[in-house]
Amino acid sequence: MTGMGLGATLLPKMPAFGKEVPLDSPWTTIDPAIKKQMADIALNQATSKGATYADVRIGRYLNQYVVTRENKVQNITNTESYGIGIRVIANGSWGFAATDKTDADGIAKATALAVEIAKENARLLKEPVILAPQKGYGEVQWKAPIEKNAFEVPIKEKVDLLLSVNDAAMKGGANYVNSILFLVNEQKYFASTDGSYIDQDIHRIWPTFTITKIDEATGKFETRNALSAPMGMGYEYLNARPTDKIKSVTTLYKQRYDMLEDARNGAAEVQQKMKAKSVEAGKYDLVLDPSHLWLTIHESVGHPTELDRVLGYEANFAGTSFLTLDKWQSKNFNFGSKLVNIMADKTQPGSLGAVGYDDEGVATREWPLIKDGILTNYQTIRDQAHILGLDSSQGCCYADNWSSVQFQRMPNVSLQPGAGNQSANDLIKNVEKGIYIIGDSSYSIDQQRYNFQFSGQLYFEIKEGKIAGMLKDVAYQSNTQEFWNSCAAVAGKEDYRLGGSFFDGKGQPSQSSAVSHGASTARFNGVNVINTARKI
Amino acid sequence: MPILSKEEAQALLKKVLAFSKADECEVNLYGSDGGNIRYARNAVSTSGGISSTTLIVQSSFGKKVGTATINEYDDASLEKAVRRSEELARLAPENPEHMPVLAPQQYAGSKTYVPATAGITPKMRADAVAQSLAVANEKDLVAAGFWDNNAGFAAMMNSKGLFAYNTSTNVSFNVTLRTKDGKGSGYASKGYNDVSKLDVAAATRVAAQKAAASSNARALEPGKYTVILEPAAAIVLLETMFMNMDARSADEGRSFLSKPGGKTKLGEKLVDERVTLYSDPQNPDMPTSPWTGDGRPQEKVTWIDKGVMKNLFYSRYWAQQKNVKAIPFPDSAIMEGGSASLEDLIKGTEKGILVTRLWYIREVDPQTLLYTGLTRDGTFYIENGQIKYPVKNFRFNESPIIMLNNLEELGKPERTVSGESDIQALIPPMKIRDFTFTSLSDAI
Repeated sequence: MTGMGLGATLLPKMPAFGKEVPLDSPWTTIDPAIKKQMADIALNQATSKGATYADVRIGRYLNQYVVTRENKVQNITNTESYGIGIRVIANGSWGFAATDKTDADGIAKATALAVEIAKENARLLKEPVILAPQKGYGEVQWKAPIEKNAFEVPIKEKVDLLLSVNDAAMKGGANYVNSILFLVNEQKYFASTDGSYIDQDIHRIWPTFTITKIDEATGKFETRNALSAPMGMGYEYLNARPTDKIKSVTTLYKQRYDMLEDARNGAAEVQQKMKAKSVEAGKYDLVLDPSHLWLTIHESVGHPTELDRVLGYEANFAGTSFLTLDKWQSKNFNFGSKLVNIMADKTQPGSLGAVGYDDEGVATREWPLIKDGILTNYQTIRDQAHILGLDSSQGCCYADNWSSVQFQRMPNVSLQPGAGNQSANDLIKNVEKGIYIIGDSSYSIDQQRYNFQFSGQLYFEIKEGKIAGMLKDVAYQSNTQEFWNSCAAVAGKEDYRLGGSFFDGKGQPSQSSAVSHGASTARFNGVNVINTARKI
Repeated sequence: MPILSKEEAQALLKKVLAFSKADECEVNLYGSDGGNIRYARNAVSTSGGISSTTLIVQSSFGKKVGTATINEYDDASLEKAVRRSEELARLAPENPEHMPVLAPQQYAGSKTYVPATAGITPKMRADAVAQSLAVANEKDLVAAGFWDNNAGFAAMMNSKGLFAYNTSTNVSFNVTLRTKDGKGSGYASKGYNDVSKLDVAAATRVAAQKAAASSNARALEPGKYTVILEPAAAIVLLETMFMNMDARSADEGRSFLSKPGGKTKLGEKLVDERVTLYSDPQNPDMPTSPWTGDGRPQEKVTWIDKGVMKNLFYSRYWAQQKNVKAIPFPDSAIMEGGSASLEDLIKGTEKGILVTRLWYIREVDPQTLLYTGLTRDGTFYIENGQIKYPVKNFRFNESPIIMLNNLEELGKPERTVSGESDIQALIPPMKIRDFTFTSLSDAI
């Protein structure tokens, strides 16, 4: 599930992600040699207390968000969270403790607590933890391949960008506009008794806005959110370039985003939304843009292929999965039509999931989840890999902070482009009665990932192969397997784009992770569309 | 850092303020120690102990504001944090909505800290899970659950002499039991300040009963049904209304409370007259902090009185603009009810559906507060006052405003926890007519 909707995140009531730090503090990293000393204290303490395995994560998590509305900067915040989390196996059981008291005494005490917890909990085990083998990598580093570190861009430049975006929207006729720039830097150090000392530097960026238009006479209002994607990139994402634009009924963006242009388009489109025809409920062929389809992929493919859900580890909160092991073992479970090829990866450049190593020291990779429509694999980590007969983890372990225990999280999960080189327009021209949906909005799916409902930002009616104007009050409901089997066309690789979630929630206590989903525009036949208009 | 006493926190904050050279300075200090344990497949999975602190210094020169934080407490580090916040304030653009710090306030006493909860150990958590697993094993069911406990303190002081301090404890427990064939699932959730009120075995037995009874559910046609929402189901829709009672959004015309021409529905009858909704930090069954992070007192506030929208919450800036009292966003939701038990509500129902839990609630239309989501972990058909059989889960599309206008009966309020937001609430089970289910789900 994604923990925070776009609409919610755009209001200035943001929760803090960590503590605030001064805006003028220079962007710095901590010397890996110091982190190695800290890690060795924990590893030695853990083994001397009886742990058979231990890993240590020393994390410095920096966030910056610039929050504006109309012509005002409401909030500029830098947060930093620094501390250490120690995970151990003792008496066959996991134990974990975390502290921000990072001197030798604080680390030793937290480590002792982790071992105490493991030993206390061992009586509640049915079988000891079995870890897939993992070689130590020695002292290694990985840095996200960014071109421009967004934390080093002056605040004024960011403020000026957002205020110019807001100005464009207001001049375009908006009543209100809220815009936000989120920046994330994870400086993560991992060490384990397997002999790895891994230093990583990860960057993420998400520029976004909501434009609101109000009809004063009727009191009705509509919004249009940005068509940007959160990315695993630096500030270069905001350097617009023509080669990354796709001209459709609006402008769509690939690896670079033109925020100003999108605000102008948004202001015009929110006014069209006010006048749009309310949809007639019924069956439609849907043509889904990647800016919308990513979320459907996330919810209906990403989550049900998480092995921990399949096994029941999330039964009390996020839920289980309809993709039970017998379906995978049959080697012929028909997840979708033959056009449906879905890959998992933690390596795609510019994606939110890309890292060199996961949070239990496993080098990342790419593997198929759905091949020619058939379920072929899951996503897993070291202590569950043996259940699939794998001799190594797939590298899907992640913790959202030093204070959180790492567990299985979704890698990037992406629909592969079609074999031909069709464009969205090629798909549209073959549709008699359909709806073309751009952008994500409301989303909901059951705890086993069968029944879902999604909405978008922009809906265009398709009549006999042509766009016939804008619609509103649209949501579609379907069943995952039916939906993916109704996939009748996927556009080519020229149309491939990433969407993603900055705040995918899972686990107890709930943790948030960021993940991308790639796709080209795709067509789904005969999907049930409901009308969402109500009166109160 | 251990939990600081009031005197220790006051001394530390005074020391920080003594370094200030700004027009105004405000300092917040937080610390917590906690632990958790998770289990699934009838065995422990992950668990942990977490300790963390934060010191936040906000300095301002006129309407220019800067903030810096630190988690080291020697004199040099404290002074560094103050100086950095001041440098930043000088660099920052003016924020026309910045408000001066508050003068000293009067706060009521606090009932949020219970020593027994602060004293929870890893062994106590493991013992509790052992009790829950014993129920699962006895009933031949599969358990997945979570226990989380926390003890913390919060303190603030500013250059006008305001000082506030509070300690609090919380423990929450929730559990899902499933039949081994995966055809039945039941859920229970509890949360308290005082761990002695938490009965893990009893909660697990409730989930076990629902799991066994929900096996082999039958499919009913989607449509409009009378439903009985247990408190854990009702809160996730009720809280969506609560979270949207912001005055500024209403005044700006972009809320379910907005009316044409810049007017709002404040003072109007919005829902059934049996609906009275308030918050009260002093409620003995659900105490919350007597002050907010910006120093405002949290007091008893009636939001909806006999169906009429009485109050909205305000930022201090917006309240000044509107020349009204700046009522903060509350920490608790309490809804009045009747004396009927859940069983009484079922007995009085000719045809209806009992809903244990609603899940994955997302906004569809902010104008009407239309939300969608699904039933989960125990959905049953009622006929002639009796539970007849389990039914397959439904997707709903419904607005809490429509729901509270279609009120049939309220039961006796009880403390519950939102499975969506973790917000704690004291609300009754609700019997609602014409609740809109739009499709069936195969999920169990």
